[in-house]
Amino acid sequence: MTQAAIDATTFEELKTTAGAEFVGELVDTFLAEAPMMLEELRASLAAGDAELFRRTAHSLKSNASTFGATALTGLARDLELGGLDPVRAAAGAPLDAIEREFTRVAQALADLKHA
Amino acid sequence: MRESPAGGGARLLVVDDNKVNRLLLSRNLELLGHRVAAVENGRVALETLRREPFDLALLDIEMPEMDGFQVLEQIRGDLALRDVPVIVTSSLEGIDNVVRCIELGAEDYLPKPVNPVLLKARIGASLEKKRLRDQQKALVRRFAAPEVAQDLQQSGFALGGKRIRASVMFSDIRGFTTLAESQPPEETIELLNTYYTLMFDAIAGRGGIVSHMAGDGLMAIFGAPLPLPDHCDAAVRAALEMIEMMGLFNVERRGAGKPEIRIGIGIASGEMVAGYTGTNDRATYTCIGDTVNLASRLEAHTKVAGRVILIDAVTRAGLRATVVAYALGPLMVRGKTQAVDVFGIPVSEV
Repeated sequence: MTQAAIDATTFEELKTTAGAEFVGELVDTFLAEAPMMLEELRASLAAGDAELFRRTAHSLKSNASTFGATALTGLARDLELGGLDPVRAAAGAPLDAIEREFTRVAQALADLKHA
Repeated sequence: MRESPAGGGARLLVVDDNKVNRLLLSRNLELLGHRVAAVENGRVALETLRREPFDLALLDIEMPEMDGFQVLEQIRGDLALRDVPVIVTSSLEGIDNVVRCIELGAEDYLPKPVNPVLLKARIGASLEKKRLRDQQKALVRRFAAPEVAQDLQQSGFALGGKRIRASVMFSDIRGFTTLAESQPPEETIELLNTYYTLMFDAIAGRGGIVSHMAGDGLMAIFGAPLPLPDHCDAAVRAALEMIEMMGLFNVERRGAGKPEIRIGIGIASGEMVAGYTGTNDRATYTCIGDTVNLASRLEAHTKVAGRVILIDAVTRAGLRATVVAYALGPLMVRGKTQAVDVFGIPVSEV
């Protein structure tokens, strides 16, 4: 069985402490910002900008963990700590993986928001 | 920058380049009853902190333009900012980075995502510490001259002194004991408070500090802890202003049917040792040396000589042309084995 894209307990806690309506807005913000971060990862890989790559992965990791997106957090953390080399060596495969995971997260968050 | 509309609580600054983090942290802080401003990088954070007062800053580390480490360094190097407590909120990898934050002066470290309960506790503790520090600073200001308070803040406290060139002034009220005996103590306290207010104002206005008060007497230093280029001239001008203020004060007292207050002032200049004396628990900022003794003797001599302001030769030499001094010749001053050249400053008492 595949792991849920969003950890229900974390997400519920977030709603309890910050308020459901606010979390709805926060999800929208994340869904608007995250695709830009994913693009930034691609761009910094192409440009060989290791610092930007690391910082962007860090930012994505931080947001993913806020919403309980456990798998996405792990993938972003791997990018932050691993840097550009392993991604280049794998011909960009880790970026494909993180983009796939984000699609799953985005769908789950949208569903939770309307739940 | 986003300003929260809520009033009350403390004023907090959130610094984070990530919008989701910024919104969520601001929200959590507002729910705790604080007023929050949020900015998105270190450079803007410093600009904001220098422009407006904040009780506390929550700082992310990973930021473009200027990261959190650089912000911590700048805050620590800035006298006006270094008392603002900073809590680092980050999902930094590696304990060494956390240690670095603390070493750079961060009050605390909160890992992201920030736990709201922990956030509340840490903010409460930091604000309480800041409140105590502010209270302490206010106490230091009340019991020490502003220049001494500033010197303490910049250089820290250490017993011992350094050699400086400065002018020292002693002043007291003539016949104070008789005066104090003739009226209720409450009235004497009130008189002393008015007297000190007037004298402090004249002294501070010329760049001097009052280092001691004892009964009706005071000692003031011109040229320490901060150097004062024209210290001789400044001290004498302050003395003239003190006499002038006492004149105005006496007009009031005469009107109220009260006896007039006369003061005597002695000033000497030269080398002395300035610093903190006492113990590590209780100390005072003062100057010691022959120059200080001479100033005290000159003040005492004003009663003998029937003059208002007496100064020594060094002070005389440091006066600008606009201040008149007349030579009283070499005088035997109590406590001195040799005669010293003494000069009087003419005053017009109201």
